[in-house]
Amino acid sequence: MTMQFNDETFRGDYTYFNSETAINRFPFPFDQDTYMYSVNIEQHPGGPKGTPFEKMFDVDEHYVSEMKDREITLAEDPLRCQSLPHMELAGWDLLELIMVSKAKDYPDLFKLTRDGNDWHWVNKPLGIEKKFTFLAPTTLPCGPMEYITRQTQGDFALLHERDGNLWMDAGMVTSQADWSLDFDVGMNFFEWHAPVPKAKKMGVFDKALKFLLSVNQGQHYRRLNWTMTVNPRLDTSPENYHKWGPEKRTITPENVGQKQFLRVELQTFFRLPRSNALAFPIRCYLMNLEDIATKPKWGRRLHRVLRDIDPDLADYKGFAVNQEMIVNYLSQFDDGAPTSPGIFPES
Amino acid sequence: MKLALKVTEIEQLSPLVKRFRFEDPKGGSLPVFSGGAHITVEMPEGEIIRRNSYSLISDPYDGTAYEIAIRREDQGRGGSLYMHTKVSEGDEITVSAPSNLFQLDLRARKHVLIAGGIGITPFLSQLKQLDMELKPYELHYAARSRAEAAGIKLLPEAAHVHVHISEEGARMDLGAILDGQPLGTHVYTCGPDGLITAVADQAARLGWPKTSVHSEAFTAPPPGEPFEVVIASTGQTVSVKADQSLLEALEAAKVEVDYSCRGGACGRCHTKVTACDGRILHNDHWLSEGERAAQKDIMPCMSRFKGARLELDL
Repeated sequence: MTMQFNDETFRGDYTYFNSETAINRFPFPFDQDTYMYSVNIEQHPGGPKGTPFEKMFDVDEHYVSEMKDREITLAEDPLRCQSLPHMELAGWDLLELIMVSKAKDYPDLFKLTRDGNDWHWVNKPLGIEKKFTFLAPTTLPCGPMEYITRQTQGDFALLHERDGNLWMDAGMVTSQADWSLDFDVGMNFFEWHAPVPKAKKMGVFDKALKFLLSVNQGQHYRRLNWTMTVNPRLDTSPENYHKWGPEKRTITPENVGQKQFLRVELQTFFRLPRSNALAFPIRCYLMNLEDIATKPKWGRRLHRVLRDIDPDLADYKGFAVNQEMIVNYLSQFDDGAPTSPGIFPES
Repeated sequence: MKLALKVTEIEQLSPLVKRFRFEDPKGGSLPVFSGGAHITVEMPEGEIIRRNSYSLISDPYDGTAYEIAIRREDQGRGGSLYMHTKVSEGDEITVSAPSNLFQLDLRARKHVLIAGGIGITPFLSQLKQLDMELKPYELHYAARSRAEAAGIKLLPEAAHVHVHISEEGARMDLGAILDGQPLGTHVYTCGPDGLITAVADQAARLGWPKTSVHSEAFTAPPPGEPFEVVIASTGQTVSVKADQSLLEALEAAKVEVDYSCRGGACGRCHTKVTACDGRILHNDHWLSEGERAAQKDIMPCMSRFKGARLELDL
C-alpha cells in the first residue's frame, strides 16, 4: 500500500495530527478575506492533483483511525445510524457508488469484482474481504448504508425526494458539527435547517433546495462549509455536548494555536440511480491554527475572516466565547499584506 | 450528461406507436435508473435540433439498453414524426442521462397505477421496479380500442394488471378502483389531463391525502403560430417557428436557458417576463393559476405567445 495511515485518536488523549502532506492538501474554505453565506457550489470531482477535490470520495492518512472512532461512537449510541424502511434501496445505491468509485480511484487500496449481482469487495486498509449479493440484504452483516459508511470517512445523509421537498430519511452521523440525526431524521429540508441564523431571510434555502432537486444522475457537486472545534474531536454531537462543550473553556492564549481547530466540511451531492434519492456526504477535515499559519496566506486570511465575522455567525458556529483569544493569536501572522484570490496557498 | 447511443431495434407496437431500443455502440453499460424516469432524445433536422423527453419503458436495473415507446403525433411539432419516419435501426442517436419527475413513493403500502393511452409508458419501468422490490400494486390501463392499445404487448399477464377497453364496453370505473384501497395506498396517474383531474377529484372525494396522489402529464410541446420574443439583456429578437418550441428557438439562437424535462413539469426553464403586450399561451404544468394570469413568468419549453411584444429576462 502506498498510503500511510496515522495511528491517532479523536477523543481522550487526542493524538490526532496532520502530516506535512495533509497540511498541504487541507481544504481551506475561504476564497476571500471576509465570509458570508453563499451557495458556493462547484462540480465534483475535479481539482488540482493531490487535493481532496480530485476523487469522488477522498481517502487520506486519517482513514483507519476515523473508522475506529466511528466504531466507538456507534457502540455507545447505535441511533447515530438510522435508515427508515423505504430507504434501503438508496443504501444499496450508495454502497455501489462508493465501492465502484473507491475501487477505480484507489486500486491499490480497494478492489471490487462483480459478476452480475455476485460481488466481491476487498478493503485492504481495514482488512475486510466480503462476498455478497447486491440488493440481497441478508448477505451483509448490517444494512447496505451502514455497511459501506463504516468503511468511508465522513457523515452521510440520504435524502428522499417527494412533494417538491427533500426528507432526511436515512443517515450515518458520527462526525457532525453539533447536529443530531436522531433529532432530524424524517424532517424536510426547511425543518432541519431551521436553526441556521439569517439564511432563511436571505432566501438561501429556497435557492439551495431548488438547486438540489434539479441535480441529475451523473452530475455531482460540492461545496465547503466550516466551523470551529476545540480539540480534534470528530463526535461534536448534541448527544455528547456534556463531554466536549466544557472543553471550549480549556483554551488559553498559550495553547490556542494547538487546541483550536478549524473544522472544514467538504459536502458533496449525488443523485442515486435506482432510488432517485440524493446522497449528501459531509466529510470533516480538522486542522489547528498553528498548522494553518504555516501557510502565510491562510494565516493572514483566517485572521481577517474571524476578526470581522458577523457576531450571530460566531455564536452559531460556537466559537464566540474564544473569539478574542483566537483573533489575538492569529494577528501575529497578519502583516496586512494583500492575499491572492482562491483557496489554495501560494506554493 | 449526454450519451451517444445506437438504435438497435424498432418495433411497430400499434398503428401509431413504435418501440425503440438504444444501446451503447461499444456494448458498454448504461446508467441504471428508477421507475418512471425519462430521457431526452435529440432529433437534429436541418438547422433545428428538437429535443423531446420520453419515459423509459425498459427494466430500470438493466444497463444493457434503454427502451422508449413513441406515439406518432401528426399534428405535433414533428419530433415524433421524425422518430417514426427518419430513424432506422443502426442509426446513432444522442440522449440525456435518465432523470425522474414521476418516481414511486416507496413508503406506500400499495401502489395503484392508472394509465390512459400512451400514458402507460412510465408505468412499464415502474412495474419492473415494483416486482423487484416485491411491493404490492395494481395497474389499470385504459384505451379506446384493442388495436390502439400499444401497451398490451408490453404488459405481463397477471391478476393485478387490468386492461379497460372502452370500445368493448369495459370503461374504467375510478370510483370502484379507488374506493376501499388499504390505508397507505398511493395512486399514480399518467394520461390525458381529463384523466389526471378525474383521479385527483375521485381521490379527494374519498378523503385520500393529497400527498398520496401523484400524476404526470406526458405532453410534448405543441406547435402553433410563429411569434417573436426579445431578449432583455441584449435586445436581440428571436423568431419562433410554427413547429418549434420557444426553448428550441432560444437554443438555436445560442441564448442559454437551463432545462430538464422539456414537458412543462420540472420548472428548470422557468423564465421571468420583463414586458408583455399580448397573451402568453401557457401550456405547462408548473406555474400556478395566479402566475399564469399575471403574465410575468413563462416556461419556454412548452408555452407560446400571441401579441405585439414579449420580452424575456435572459
